Amino acid sequence: MRELFWLIPLFPAFGAAFLILFGRVISRKLVSWLAPSLVGLSFLFSLLSYIQLNGVWVKELFSWIKVGNLSIPFALQFDPLSSIMAVTVSGVSFLIHIYSIGYMANDWGYNRYFAYLNLFTFSMLLLVLSANLPLMFIGWEGVGLCSYLLIGFWFEKDAAANAGKKAFIVNRIGDFGFLLGIFLLFTLFGNLSFNYINSHVSAVSPGIATAAALLLFVGATGKSAQLPLYIWLPDAMEGPTPVSALIHAATMVTAGVYMVSRLFPLYQHSGFALELVAWVGIITAIFAATIALAQNDIKRVLAYSTISQIGYMFAGVGVGAVAAGMFHLFTHAFFKSLLFLCAGAVIHGVGTNDMRKMGGLRKAMPVTFWTFLIAALTISGIPGFSAFFSKDEILKEAYLSGHKWIWAIGVITAGLTAFYIFRLIFMTFYGEYRGEGHPHEAPKVMLIPMSILALFSIIGGWFPKSFAHYLSPLGYIKVIEASHSLEIYLLGASLILAIIGIYIAWLVYVKRKGKGWNFGFVYRVIYGKYYVDELYNFLFVTPYRKGSELINRYFDKGVIDRTVEGSGEAALGGGNLLSKLQTGLLKDYGLWMATGIIIGLFLAIRSLL
Amino acid sequence: MISAIVFIPLFAAVIFIFVSGKNVKFFKIASLAVSGFVFLLSIVPFIKFEAANPLPQFQEFSHWIGFGLNYRIGADGISLMLLLLTTFLAPLAIASSWNYIREREKEYYIMMLLLETGMLGVFVAQNLFLFYVFWEAMLIPMYFIIGIWGGKKRVYATLKFVLYTMFGSLLMLVGIFYLWKVSPNHSLYFYDLYSLKISDSTQILLFAAFALAFAIKVPIFPFHTWLPDAHTEAPTAGSVLLAAVLLKMGGYGFLRLAIPVFPEGFRLFSPYLIVLAIISIVYGAAMAFVQKDAKRLVAYSSVSHLGVIMLGIFIFTFKAYTGGIYQMLNHGLSTGALFLLVGMVYERTHTREMERLGGLARPLPLLSGFLMITVLSSIGLPGLNGFVGEFLVFMGSFEANKTVGIFAALGVILSAVYLLWMFQKVMQGKVKNEAYMKLPRMNLREILIMVPIVILYFWMGLYPKFFISKFEKSAKFMMEISSKTEIVQVIDGGGK
Repeated sequence: MRELFWLIPLFPAFGAAFLILFGRVISRKLVSWLAPSLVGLSFLFSLLSYIQLNGVWVKELFSWIKVGNLSIPFALQFDPLSSIMAVTVSGVSFLIHIYSIGYMANDWGYNRYFAYLNLFTFSMLLLVLSANLPLMFIGWEGVGLCSYLLIGFWFEKDAAANAGKKAFIVNRIGDFGFLLGIFLLFTLFGNLSFNYINSHVSAVSPGIATAAALLLFVGATGKSAQLPLYIWLPDAMEGPTPVSALIHAATMVTAGVYMVSRLFPLYQHSGFALELVAWVGIITAIFAATIALAQNDIKRVLAYSTISQIGYMFAGVGVGAVAAGMFHLFTHAFFKSLLFLCAGAVIHGVGTNDMRKMGGLRKAMPVTFWTFLIAALTISGIPGFSAFFSKDEILKEAYLSGHKWIWAIGVITAGLTAFYIFRLIFMTFYGEYRGEGHPHEAPKVMLIPMSILALFSIIGGWFPKSFAHYLSPLGYIKVIEASHSLEIYLLGASLILAIIGIYIAWLVYVKRKGKGWNFGFVYRVIYGKYYVDELYNFLFVTPYRKGSELINRYFDKGVIDRTVEGSGEAALGGGNLLSKLQTGLLKDYGLWMATGIIIGLFLAIRSLL
Repeated sequence: MISAIVFIPLFAAVIFIFVSGKNVKFFKIASLAVSGFVFLLSIVPFIKFEAANPLPQFQEFSHWIGFGLNYRIGADGISLMLLLLTTFLAPLAIASSWNYIREREKEYYIMMLLLETGMLGVFVAQNLFLFYVFWEAMLIPMYFIIGIWGGKKRVYATLKFVLYTMFGSLLMLVGIFYLWKVSPNHSLYFYDLYSLKISDSTQILLFAAFALAFAIKVPIFPFHTWLPDAHTEAPTAGSVLLAAVLLKMGGYGFLRLAIPVFPEGFRLFSPYLIVLAIISIVYGAAMAFVQKDAKRLVAYSSVSHLGVIMLGIFIFTFKAYTGGIYQMLNHGLSTGALFLLVGMVYERTHTREMERLGGLARPLPLLSGFLMITVLSSIGLPGLNGFVGEFLVFMGSFEANKTVGIFAALGVILSAVYLLWMFQKVMQGKVKNEAYMKLPRMNLREILIMVPIVILYFWMGLYPKFFISKFEKSAKFMMEISSKTEIVQVIDGGGK
């Protein structure tokens, strides 16, 4: 596979190109076979490469940009870090392609949908397999584009179109930082390949490394929806639910974590940047978890949950535990996409996102219920399920590296997580059905991918030691051994809080049926998502819009144009400009020039003779 | 060779004069055929071009008027690419007019062909006087195209266009006269001018004169207000060529004349010009965001994008300079295409007011797709052409001056804001008018206009080397000439 791994992203690239060109003339049936199989091929190639991988494979396809001392090859890299991403991305994407066949069956944009989904898979695989920053940036912005296209997939809905645009623009703000980071790194190293930068970090001062690392991290906060740029992700739920599962849960939004892990030596060299990554991560984790406590839209709960869980990953990488962060990324890909797919099955069954109109779905949708429950137990960190291992790996590493506060916040967040996810379960599956119509179970084509993901949600975390070991050739992965008693004490803390969270959720939403539960002011603030969107509108959006309008009216038209018109009138000795023009300014000038040209031509002919 | 490319459209236009104006179809097909043939012909020098030689190749010389006012043309790498851009877009612009122009067709297609000759001449002239002749000659057909076939406020727009450019041209003419007087043997051959020794104070004056003429043409803030009016009122093809080709002449003038002939003048003014270029980027983007007319929005977006091009040239590092030239080609394609597409929407809905559009992606899916990819090219999505140019300009600027690089790169955010906003207003949301559901889809002619452009987006974005390698050496050479105070003797590259 060493010579062939570069084909991994090309299968879905071909699919996307084919579907965009011919999607309007080929049958749905062909699309349903073609799009998933191509991604399946990517998965197969990723898996085979993963099995055969030894060391680092780099394949340079051609020279992309070469000007002066800047040389950017179109080069892909398959190594422990990217191999895990490639397998996860192509695997989850394959399952979600299958699920989508059922979910999107009745949509008029079926073929367009699969074209975008293939395009996304290509971009994401390019992002993870690229060997240098600018090439990663193609994938980075490419996944952003697909996110935009798929959030706004139902573009006739204003909310969807707005959400897509918001996602793109907020991500562009992040990418502005990312680009500057690339520029700065180039001025420092003269080379933008990951391997070169990682092996030469000691040549630059930690201060300047901090600047570069933080600029790139601005991009990561955009793509991975962290504070302060997380605001686009909840709105992104306007897109079809499988898209939320694939792009806005399992893969794209974790790209920031991957990027920081990819350039970990740079962050480590800076020190401060790494510390900041950890703190941004953990604060985002608890911040988003509190918002998730009070949302009634089933997908928004999961969206805030995603923001929160990615916060954990950043916290893990930030405290120096790359393996733990990547491990959580890996397990999260399964259980979070499962949560979304289950939510999709529920929405498919009841026709609404509003949990207040659900309830009692346990009986009508048994498979969905059980898979949902598995995912909920996983994210809550119940022993035996995958996230129990990955989340506690992060918390343990935080504690052992001396970040006691990060550990404490992480433990509290674990409690909040258990509460909001079981609040969701109880509101949806327990009590009486509060909606209209007849809920029904999803078709098999949706249930099978869900069941497979449920299996992986359980077993995906059973090999934490070998995970770290597998990554160790990268050179910056450390495996800390904690004493057995300390480990039990650390695990116990978050487990107890998780159980308390589940218990309170049960108390409030099952026993008391959600009545009389109102914190008043605090509840309203949380329900209103801390009014961050309103704040940003007030601080940035409105001033930019109003300011531009004022300048347009009073300066562009008022000052500059008046000056020009005034000087024109002065030059023509006053009077009405328009009539002057009609009386022949234009004609005269044209005539003079035409005469000149004729004379010129005449002379030209003469000189030829 | 080059002469044939330049003058075939003129020759055809002269023949057109003798054909009856009733035969509308003839003019449509013949002008398309002529400009298409010119494009094919212009591929020959592209293939034969020796990329390692930075000097003008395929030179042709004739004494013409004499006294230094000679006919001398040729093309170095930079001219070659701009020549190709022009010959590529001219047939597309002509084809886009077939349905749009419904009166005085004969005169219209004659004007289009005259315009093509004028534009091509500007890029290949190697004698300053000849350059000036083409520069002015090209304006006449443009005046008429806007003034006769333009929109409701065409008279006002044309007048503004005339006033601005006349002002600039006159200043330049004075400068040319001075150069003619001081140059040995009155030679106005560019490469003789590069070796002139002019005192610093004179250089400053002359640079200012030339720079003003070119800055208006670009246009750089605050000389830009003729552009939105001219664009909005011009017929589609006029806007396309105006944006894609005419606006490049200002930048071309700077890098071919103002900077290398008066390097000391440039050195003095460059900080101010850099600031103006950055203001153009941000200001143009902010103004584009608040326009109500889709065409006006695209016009202001040009101000912003040309700011990027000019920054690349003014900041004067090799990467940025090369990127600036590459961005000229990219802007020609993507903004040209934006005007084509807005024109196609207008032909169907008879409005460009974005408030009255909306939801057109449902009845016009293909048009919507073309607009999307063009928007993406224009906002510099990596993988497409616009990214390569912007990346080089921003990186080169950042290396020279971090503050400049940071402010310039703001354009990355702002361009996404206004273009996605425009796309949403026109294509997304509910269909504003039920009648729009029955709009005719893109016809084959329109599709064939767009396909070559889209292919180039990808080609230029994924394999820029193919194009950059053609003009890289010439760009480097122009920079070297411009940086030396003591000019070495330039060896004439072409035959006489």
